[in-house]
Amino acid sequence: MNYIPTIGIEMHCEMKSHTKVFSRARNTYSEEANIHVSPVDIGLPGILPVLNKECVRKAIKAACILNCTIPKYLYFDRKNYYYPDLPKGYQITQSHDPIGQNGKILVPFQDGDFEVLIHDIHLEEDSAQLEHIGRYSYINYNRSGVPLLELVTEPCFHSKEEVIAFLEYIRRVYQYADISLADATKGQIRCDVNISLSKDDTLGTKVEVKNVNSFANVGAVIDSEIERQLHLITCGRAEEIEQETRRFDEESGETKRMRSKADAIDYKYFVEPNIPKIRIDEKMIDEIKKEIPVLPRERFLKYTKDYGLTKVDAQTILKEKAISDYFDSWIDAGIEPLEACNWIIGPILGYLNKEGMKISDFEFSIADFQFVLEKLHDGTISSKQAKEIVGKMLTEHASPKDLITHDFAQISDEEVLNQIISEIIERSSEQLEAYKNGRTNLFSYFVGQVMKETGGKANPIKTRDLLEKKLK
Amino acid sequence: MKSAIKKLQEDYAAHRVTPLQVFQDTLLKARENQEKCNSFVTLFDHVEESSQRGDLQNVVYALKDNFSTKGILTTASSNTLSNYVPVYDATVYQKLKDAGAVLIGKTTMDEFGLGGTGLTAHTGYVFNPLDTTRQAGGSSAGSACVVSSGVVPFAIGSDTGDSVRKPAAYCGIVGYKPTYGLISRYGLFAFASSMDHVGVLTRSVYDAAMVVDVIKGKDEKDMTSIDSSSMHLVESLVHANHQPKKLFYIKEIMDITKYSKPSDELKMTFSLFEQLTKKAKEKGISIVGESFDEDLLRAIASTYTCLTCAEATSNLSNLTSILFGPQEEANDVNEMMMAHRTKGFSSLIKRRLIIGSYVLQKENQEKYFINAQRVRRLIVEKMNALFSKYDGLILPCSEGGAKYIDESKNHTSDDLRILENHMAIGNFGGFPSITIPCGFVKGLPVGINITGKVLDDCNVLEIAARLEEMIAYQNPLVKEEM
Repeated sequence: MNYIPTIGIEMHCEMKSHTKVFSRARNTYSEEANIHVSPVDIGLPGILPVLNKECVRKAIKAACILNCTIPKYLYFDRKNYYYPDLPKGYQITQSHDPIGQNGKILVPFQDGDFEVLIHDIHLEEDSAQLEHIGRYSYINYNRSGVPLLELVTEPCFHSKEEVIAFLEYIRRVYQYADISLADATKGQIRCDVNISLSKDDTLGTKVEVKNVNSFANVGAVIDSEIERQLHLITCGRAEEIEQETRRFDEESGETKRMRSKADAIDYKYFVEPNIPKIRIDEKMIDEIKKEIPVLPRERFLKYTKDYGLTKVDAQTILKEKAISDYFDSWIDAGIEPLEACNWIIGPILGYLNKEGMKISDFEFSIADFQFVLEKLHDGTISSKQAKEIVGKMLTEHASPKDLITHDFAQISDEEVLNQIISEIIERSSEQLEAYKNGRTNLFSYFVGQVMKETGGKANPIKTRDLLEKKLK
Repeated sequence: MKSAIKKLQEDYAAHRVTPLQVFQDTLLKARENQEKCNSFVTLFDHVEESSQRGDLQNVVYALKDNFSTKGILTTASSNTLSNYVPVYDATVYQKLKDAGAVLIGKTTMDEFGLGGTGLTAHTGYVFNPLDTTRQAGGSSAGSACVVSSGVVPFAIGSDTGDSVRKPAAYCGIVGYKPTYGLISRYGLFAFASSMDHVGVLTRSVYDAAMVVDVIKGKDEKDMTSIDSSSMHLVESLVHANHQPKKLFYIKEIMDITKYSKPSDELKMTFSLFEQLTKKAKEKGISIVGESFDEDLLRAIASTYTCLTCAEATSNLSNLTSILFGPQEEANDVNEMMMAHRTKGFSSLIKRRLIIGSYVLQKENQEKYFINAQRVRRLIVEKMNALFSKYDGLILPCSEGGAKYIDESKNHTSDDLRILENHMAIGNFGGFPSITIPCGFVKGLPVGINITGKVLDDCNVLEIAARLEEMIAYQNPLVKEEM
């Protein structure tokens, strides 16, 4: 009989904010250690937490996006334990009444959506960062007090692919809603993965793998844990699967035991007395809801269903909210979606990639592109020329108007064209004879010659018309 | 109204003394006091005139050693912080600096404020200036000593159960703990955050009002601080209209028949209270008995212990010696933390931290911690109901005068538990609460405590000032004109 894995995820994501969640120190990534630190972040005697409203609003925003129930009052709890990266000896978090509870969200997956159930989402502070070098351990307090959003799902996943799709999607949602930069390379996302195997609807023994620092590793953890547990089951050693906490060893690609449930730490939670309960009123929630942008799933449906973009193209545009917003602004300007898509994905993103720029740095106006597109549509320029013009426009910062009149103006003058055509026919007696004897595919040879002669500037439509007449 | 601060300011204004003369005289007295009472952890050799033209310009004072003072050793009287020099200023200290007050030193206390004797500091016992065989009371022991001895007109303390008000009573001075949130706790080393208050020790109600007017106020660094910009304590004292006031005492505490073997001290304290009641009536202050659930009263001490120990275990978890505090040689960081705490904390603190840890454990939390919170709430609700009928609660602060340092000489009757611990009610509810001296029992001062409803500080101070005038207590160590 087949065993089905059941997986639940705890996703910790550092939030984007000006200052830390309980202090005035800046919340920003820095290569230099211990520069964004206030007395509060290092737990000096006498310090008090001051809650950052920006973080609260963003946490509520996330709770709204995840369709969570939001409690009437905001509380915080202390989670007490000793560890060198925890300067106060407790973490301020939310355990008994988190900011978002019992939510759900549709996640795009393969050929449809699937629903993920959210147990809760809560706001807390990050610990300092430990770095072990040789015999020494170094503490970097830059991270201490950075706002963290912890999202806890129900055990509702049954494959690695579902989990990764969910994580990727939430990352994108956080980026779209300006909740987090969600940059895994800066350690901004960490996951705990809970996995059990079962033959039926009852859940098997749950194993928790803590602190997995990339989505790729989440995938590896799931694979190796399923394999490990399956191996124990098939060897008849199922009872050895214990409710325990493990960690992922990147070198071996395997999970390693940390502690069993029996040794679980009692965190002695109690309400943080230094933060008075704060009323979350409906008006504030409504205001925050208005700040939520159209999310990637809805955009994807619009792009593929209404605009007819391919899924791949839609995904490319949706990779970043700024690009998607830029694409939308082209549509708002009246440009055909497919055309907008081709131009943005092709020349524009290519240019940005090459220059290492972001779309927010892109200074060309849509009007410039519209001008080029107009000239393309009315036949003034060819599509090849249009590409060249845009290329020049981007690299030389030239105005498309100047480019079209100076370099790319087509030769549409019939007299000029007829003259060129006559000269070509004159020196191509061989080809002319063959053409007249039925090799009609030589027509394109003559077109090519005209183009060669004019440096590609001959109006292609006129050229064909005139050639047809001449060659009759 | 008597006021040592106003007197000093008048002397300055009339050029009867210069700040430098006052400083010299103060430091001399402080050194004598240090010899006699061990009041200071840090006493400066020299202080500078303040250029701040604030309300307390060149008024000298002392600060309890659990307020963060940048660049000045701050130990909370604990070995775990014996070398700790803070890098930031407590809001209270900052406000006093801004007002021109001049700090002369940091006072000895019970370690981290967890204690009521003044006997648990890492620098040794604090002795009562009126009788050095006696305790000064705690935890703001040194602060009470230096004010009682006339070294300074005021000192800052902190009060989690009665840590300002009890030593004030034992040393025959005024101890005032305003409404929770009136004074910022930023920079006050936390003991039990939900009950910690900044308080002030003075020799008069007027001075207490003056100092609190300076140090109170909403602080963006303390979310529990409140805006009190419309509350003016001195002004309201000066313009008091002498309306009749109604106070109550708790019958179950003041019924001598409830005490199986009442001591002479207790009888004398009660008789002082009776006299006070009679005299107060003539002055328009009625004092009547009200009944209070005895089960709740008996639960005050254990509720206090349970809640404060729980918060303390968490609050003191930052003492690991990783970033500050003396580090012990060890093989790894866990050993180092363990050695630091094992060596650094006194046995009293360890006992309390173990209690705190125990009541917070998952399997015990409901039974102890959560239940204690319920009892706290019930007591506060009962008090609020009474405050709707009365201006305040009035009770003696203890059985008699200051206890002996030699604990074996002290009465330890269980009957006294309620009387000795009732002032924690003020911390449960964050109520404004003030202790003033009300006379002597066997040659030692005893105090009377008045507690009012939240934010009714002006009223509480007005009542205290009227009683103060009526009692006309004379400090044996400081001759002051009335």
